[in-house]
Amino acid sequence: MTGSTTERTRVGAPGGVGESPLRPDGILKVTGEFAYGSDLWMDDMLWGVTLRSPHPYARIVRVDLTEALRTAGVFAVLTHDDVPGSKFFGLEHQDQPVLAIDTVRYQGEPVALVAADHPETAHRAAQKIVVEYDVLEPVTDARTALLPDAPRLHPGGNLVRHVKVRTGNPHPTAEIVVSGDYEVGMQDQAFLGPESGLAVPDGTGGVDLYVATQWLHVDQRQVCAALGLGPDRVRLQLAGVGGAFGGREDLSMHVHGCLLALHTGKPVKMVYNREESFFGHVHRHPASMHYEYGADRDGKLVYARATVHLDGGAYASSTPAVVGNAGTMGLGPYEIPNIAMDCYGAYTNNPPCGAMRGFGSVQTAFAVEAVMDKLAAAVGVDPVEIRVRNGFSEGSRAPTGQVIDSAAPVAELVERLRAMPLPGLDRLDQRGQVDLRRLPGGVANTTHGEGVRRGVGYAVAYKNVAFSEGFDDYSTARVRLGIVGHEPVVTVHTAAAEVGQGLVTIEQQICRTELGVESVVVAPKDTQVGSAGSSSASRQTYVTGGAVKAACESVRRMVLARAAERLGTDEAGLRLEDGAVSDRTGAAITLVDLLGTDVVEDTVEWRHRPTYPIDPETGQGDAHVQYAFAAHRAVVDVDVELGLVKVVELACTQDVGRALNPSAVVGQIQGGSTQGMGLALMEEIQIVEGRITNPSFTDYLIPTILDTPPMPIEVLEYADPHAPYGLRGVGEAPTISSGPAVAAAVRAATGLDLRRVPIRPEDVTGTR
Amino acid sequence: MRVTITVNGERREADDVWEGESLLYVLRERMGLSGSKNACEQGECGSCTVYLDDVTCCACLVAAGQADGRRVDTVEGLNQHGSEGELHPVQQAFVEAGAVQCGFCTPGLLVATHDLLARDPDPDDSEIREALAGNLCRCTGYEKIIDAVRLAAERLR
Repeated sequence: MTGSTTERTRVGAPGGVGESPLRPDGILKVTGEFAYGSDLWMDDMLWGVTLRSPHPYARIVRVDLTEALRTAGVFAVLTHDDVPGSKFFGLEHQDQPVLAIDTVRYQGEPVALVAADHPETAHRAAQKIVVEYDVLEPVTDARTALLPDAPRLHPGGNLVRHVKVRTGNPHPTAEIVVSGDYEVGMQDQAFLGPESGLAVPDGTGGVDLYVATQWLHVDQRQVCAALGLGPDRVRLQLAGVGGAFGGREDLSMHVHGCLLALHTGKPVKMVYNREESFFGHVHRHPASMHYEYGADRDGKLVYARATVHLDGGAYASSTPAVVGNAGTMGLGPYEIPNIAMDCYGAYTNNPPCGAMRGFGSVQTAFAVEAVMDKLAAAVGVDPVEIRVRNGFSEGSRAPTGQVIDSAAPVAELVERLRAMPLPGLDRLDQRGQVDLRRLPGGVANTTHGEGVRRGVGYAVAYKNVAFSEGFDDYSTARVRLGIVGHEPVVTVHTAAAEVGQGLVTIEQQICRTELGVESVVVAPKDTQVGSAGSSSASRQTYVTGGAVKAACESVRRMVLARAAERLGTDEAGLRLEDGAVSDRTGAAITLVDLLGTDVVEDTVEWRHRPTYPIDPETGQGDAHVQYAFAAHRAVVDVDVELGLVKVVELACTQDVGRALNPSAVVGQIQGGSTQGMGLALMEEIQIVEGRITNPSFTDYLIPTILDTPPMPIEVLEYADPHAPYGLRGVGEAPTISSGPAVAAAVRAATGLDLRRVPIRPEDVTGTR
Repeated sequence: MRVTITVNGERREADDVWEGESLLYVLRERMGLSGSKNACEQGECGSCTVYLDDVTCCACLVAAGQADGRRVDTVEGLNQHGSEGELHPVQQAFVEAGAVQCGFCTPGLLVATHDLLARDPDPDDSEIREALAGNLCRCTGYEKIIDAVRLAAERLR
């Protein structure tokens, strides 16, 4: 870790902030005992399955449940008629039916539910449900969806949101003008643990739901509305989560499982298989983008014009916020005085799109970074230099007019990348023979090096951390200090979803640092404590970390006040470290003696500093609380005859403000980089006329260990004075810049323009 | 039908098994061994990797009836020769190296790594990548998994 400007927080106990202690759930995860949503099991439980629409757009003429209900082993068959409360749900707009009513708007839309004593029985019964459809012509393109004569898919029309950004001269001119049209395909989160949960009726009309999710309280709100029950009757507890990446922000089986459980009076488990998972969650918005940048002869940007269309699919999900991000940050981390940017999110009959890691910034970065490379070529400087000349620094003004008031080391990030040694061209193994694993095509033995060209590409990312545009973004933490078995023990209770990122470790580390107690128990994540907000937007370490820190500080104040009284001294000089309170003279009292059987506890709701809405006509406003910056250098070998790409190395530099857990930070960067690389080269949900043609891991490819290169990483730590410990959210930025760097490297290797990702072999060979 | 399998050294029976059930389903839902994971259930991700008579396979691709009368070893049995409460060196290395994030791919990777190191106690990085190419991980980018395999190999040699 490099470049720290922070004063190190004192370590109150081993395993605190700045160290990399082992994660508390690690042992359960390597022994197979960790209970994921799909592992839950109860005596007498039923299996729930979902009948989904085979059509992207159709009216429902008739539904006949008779044969399904007659199937032996079936306990319930439900439709929208059985939804007692609100029949619609949604994160921002309640536009999505819990179960289809009279219209289906995408292939895979839930129509009916079955509960049975065996999953196969339930599936077979679901197939016996007769649904007669009047099939309609689907709307399958975001741009045509916004034309005046397009069919209106929702009562308010097909526009979900339009963000406009306007600054400076509306008619700028420039000596050098570069432009391009770019497309990004639909990416899937492809978390490995499928959607799953267990709903358990409490016998008095309420229900307990154990579910793999990202935000328990926003789920609870929607489940309560659909069931027509108050939050005291619908309790959620986090089941083990097998990855999320945005794909668990929306409801999946939540309401369905509860409906079946309440209807049958039995516990109901629902687990999607991989095919259903592709239909069971939202995806990353596909984008089509037109970009034009003007610059002076030194390559200094004068203006940017851009139009971005994001395909939101059948329901809004988080499209408004994705459009907000793409609109406000879609011109890259560059100083541009004159801007005209329009970003549109539209309803279509494609699969619904919403949150995925990088959230609006991933798509636009492909266009921005490609145009910047064009500009570098037009000016006659290298890709690093063009980014150094234009990159943000602290004090820069973002397109929204917001002044960036903490580190923004764009130039340093790319210069550090350039200074890192490049990988060699050696392709021989220890016996002096060509090692096919180092070549495009791998052990398929498609080349021994002939037709293979190397390319190097750079890209930069920036991304807002936490929720923006005036959203009341907070988290709640309950921290308790007591004596258990003659040892001080801290219990930390938040509703923040652990999805794999390691927040549970961070919560322990903060408690150790703030309270000087090594033993920290992380309570189960549930709705018995206030909302933590979502495990999204790179925000949990910042916001829930901030809440845990604040709750610890409150507990510490109470402990120190008590100690001051006992020691007959002033609180000011007291320190809480290693299980004891001591003063400057060395007088000390252990927590065991100080507390006895007493417990010191507080619950704190914590907010980051406020953000503000943007002006609807100009996009101006202090919309974001913090920005994260990362950059990548990709080195690729391309077999130009077959269009196969081997990523040789993917180097990353990122400013994380302060690494609370350096090992976890690196893990986030490596994982995020790999997902971005996947989008550049292989990952796409292929849609034909509104239908997904590759809903499986056979046909939707994610990077394997053979596809993934070594990833040298330099982590910078320029503290953000506004954030707890100076930290900066980490998870998303690397997902944004890695793909554009890979695409740039493939362009460099091939000399091709390559305007679409994922880059397919036929795009390289020109045979499409 | 009844299926009898020696799982992690212990003879286990399951009754009323439907012929279409996979070995994975029987392990998870009928024998309470949910360590083997259900990520794709089509043999692409390796999360359900188990030993069937000492050969690794995807439990999702084996019909339960095919495992009748045979030996199956799962992640839960990796340390069956070690002392109670202790981790196998492969398991320990994955925790220490930070190779576990969400952990859904981990059980399959542990069995695959256990198998690799039994065959080759000192694999180089290319050999590690080749051996684990059938196991998808979505969280880690694999770098720390390779670190873990190296660490485990060193400790086992």
